[in-house]
Amino acid sequence: MIEFVNFHLIPGLVLGSIYALGAIGVSLTFGILGFANFSHGATMTLGAYFALTLTWATGLHPLIVLPVAMVLTAVVVLGMDRGFYRPLRGSSAVILVMSSFGLMLMLRSAIQLIWGPQVHALITGIQRPYIFFDTLRISPKHVLIIVSALALMYAVHWLLTRTKTGKAMRAMSDSPELARLTGIDTEAVIRATWIVSAALAAAAGTFLGLDSQVETQMGFKMLLPVFAAAILGGIGRPYGAMAGGLVVGLAMELSTYAWIGTAPLVSPGYKSGIAFAVMVAMLIWRPSGLFRGRVF
Amino acid sequence: MTKVLELESVSGGYGETEILHDVSLQVGDGEVVVIIGPNGAGKSTAMKAVFGLLRLSHGTIRLKGAEITRMPPQEVVRHGVCYVPQTANIFPNLTVEENLEMGAYVREDDFRPRLAEIYAMFPPLRERRASAAGTLSGGQRQMVAMGKALMLDPTILLLDEPTAGLSPKFRGEIFDTIRHINGAGTPILMVEQNAKQALAIADRGYILVDGQNRLDDTGPALLANPEVAEMFLGGAS
Repeated sequence: MIEFVNFHLIPGLVLGSIYALGAIGVSLTFGILGFANFSHGATMTLGAYFALTLTWATGLHPLIVLPVAMVLTAVVVLGMDRGFYRPLRGSSAVILVMSSFGLMLMLRSAIQLIWGPQVHALITGIQRPYIFFDTLRISPKHVLIIVSALALMYAVHWLLTRTKTGKAMRAMSDSPELARLTGIDTEAVIRATWIVSAALAAAAGTFLGLDSQVETQMGFKMLLPVFAAAILGGIGRPYGAMAGGLVVGLAMELSTYAWIGTAPLVSPGYKSGIAFAVMVAMLIWRPSGLFRGRVF
Repeated sequence: MTKVLELESVSGGYGETEILHDVSLQVGDGEVVVIIGPNGAGKSTAMKAVFGLLRLSHGTIRLKGAEITRMPPQEVVRHGVCYVPQTANIFPNLTVEENLEMGAYVREDDFRPRLAEIYAMFPPLRERRASAAGTLSGGQRQMVAMGKALMLDPTILLLDEPTAGLSPKFRGEIFDTIRHINGAGTPILMVEQNAKQALAIADRGYILVDGQNRLDDTGPALLANPEVAEMFLGGAS
C-alpha cells in the first residue's frame, strides 16, 4: 500500500499538476485564438532552459529564478505572435495549426543550437525525502512542485474571475465575434492570453526539469499528455484543463501499479500510451470533454 | 430635429457580392426607427454597414454629423454606437453581471452606477446576476443582450431582430422594453420581422427591397398604407 502512495500516487499528482499547467495554456489559446498550438511543448522546453541558465548564472534555486524565466518566455512568445501569428490572424485554423507546428520545429532547433543536446540537471546533489510515519516518503521537490502548481492555478482562477482582462479572455473564448462588437480590445486580450500561457508553460517545463532533468525533447514528450488533458477537460475550459491534467498524470502513473498480481499492470514504457488512449476515448465518446468545451 | 445617425447612399456587401444599393436612412434624436422588408432585402446588412462589418463601395455614414464610415467595430463602440446582433448576442459562460461588465469594457470610469440603473430597468437580471447567462430563458437572454449594450449609455442603440425566436408573450415584453429604453432618451434603430408590432411602436419606418429604399414614412402611416399591408402585414393576421 505504501509503495502505491510513494511510487505511484505522489508521482502521479506531481506529473498531473505539471500537465495541468501546460494544458491550461493549450486550452486558453484554443479558446481565444481558435487553434491547437503545437509549439506549446517547445515553449515549455524554452522555459526550462531559461530557468536552467538563470540557475547557473545566479546559483539560486530554480523556483526563485522561475518568475524571471516566466517573463523571458512570455517575451519570446509575444515576439512569435508578432512575427508569425498576428499576420495570420483570421486565417483558417488549419493554417494556424501548421504554422504553430513550424514554430515548434524552429524553437526546438534554436534551443538545441543555443544550449546543445546535452542533458542537464536543474538541481544537483542528493535530495533527502521527508519521511512520515516511518514509511511515507515525500521528496521536498515534489512538495514544492505541487504547492507551486496549485498556487499558479489559483492565480489563473483569480485572473479569470476577478480581473477585467481575465473576464474579457473568457468572453472572447465564448465568442470572439461578439467580443469585437462589444468593443473589447481583442489584441490586448490575445497578448494577455499569450503571456499567461507562456508563463504557465515555463513553470511546467521548469517543474518537469526539477522532477527529472532538462533536455531538448522534454516539451515535445509532454505535448501528447498535455493535449490529452486539454481535450479531457474540454477545449477552451481552463478549469477542465486543470482537472484533465491531474487525471491524465494520475492515470499514467497509476497504470504502472501492480493492480493484479505482482507485475505492473502496464509496463512503464507504455505509460504515455495511456494519455493517448484517454485522448482517443474522449474524442470518440465525448469530444466536448468533461466540462463541455468546444469540439475540434 | 437633429440627426443622430445618417446613412447617405450607402452601397456595399460581402466579398464580391453587392447587397446594398444606394441605401439612405436617418435616425433623429429620440426616435425609434424600424427597418422592415422581405427576407434577403439587406435589412440586417444595412445595420452591419453602420458597424463597420461590411465592405462599403461608396456612401457616407455619419454619427451626430461626424463621419464614421469604415470605422472598425471597436472604434464605432467607442463613439457610442451599441449593436445587439440577432443571434449569439451574449457570452453564455459568463455570469449575467460579467456580461454587463463586458458591455462597459470601453468605459474608463466607474460603471457601477450604470449597472444599478440597468438592474432597475431589468429586475429579473438582478435576481440572476450570478447565473451563467447561457442558462437563462430566451426573453431574459435578450434582456442581458440589451442591458449589456446599454451599459455604455449609447448615443444610439442598434437592434437586429430583437424578438426573433421569442414567444408572443415575450415579444410584447421586449417591445415594451424597447419603448422604455427609448423613453429614457436613447434613439433606437432596429430591424424587425414582426412588422406590425414594430411599426406600432416606431416613430418612423423604412422599407427595403432588394437592397434598395422602397418606402419611408411615419410608423402609423406605413401601418395604414395598403401596399405595405399587402407586402408584409399579411392581411388579417
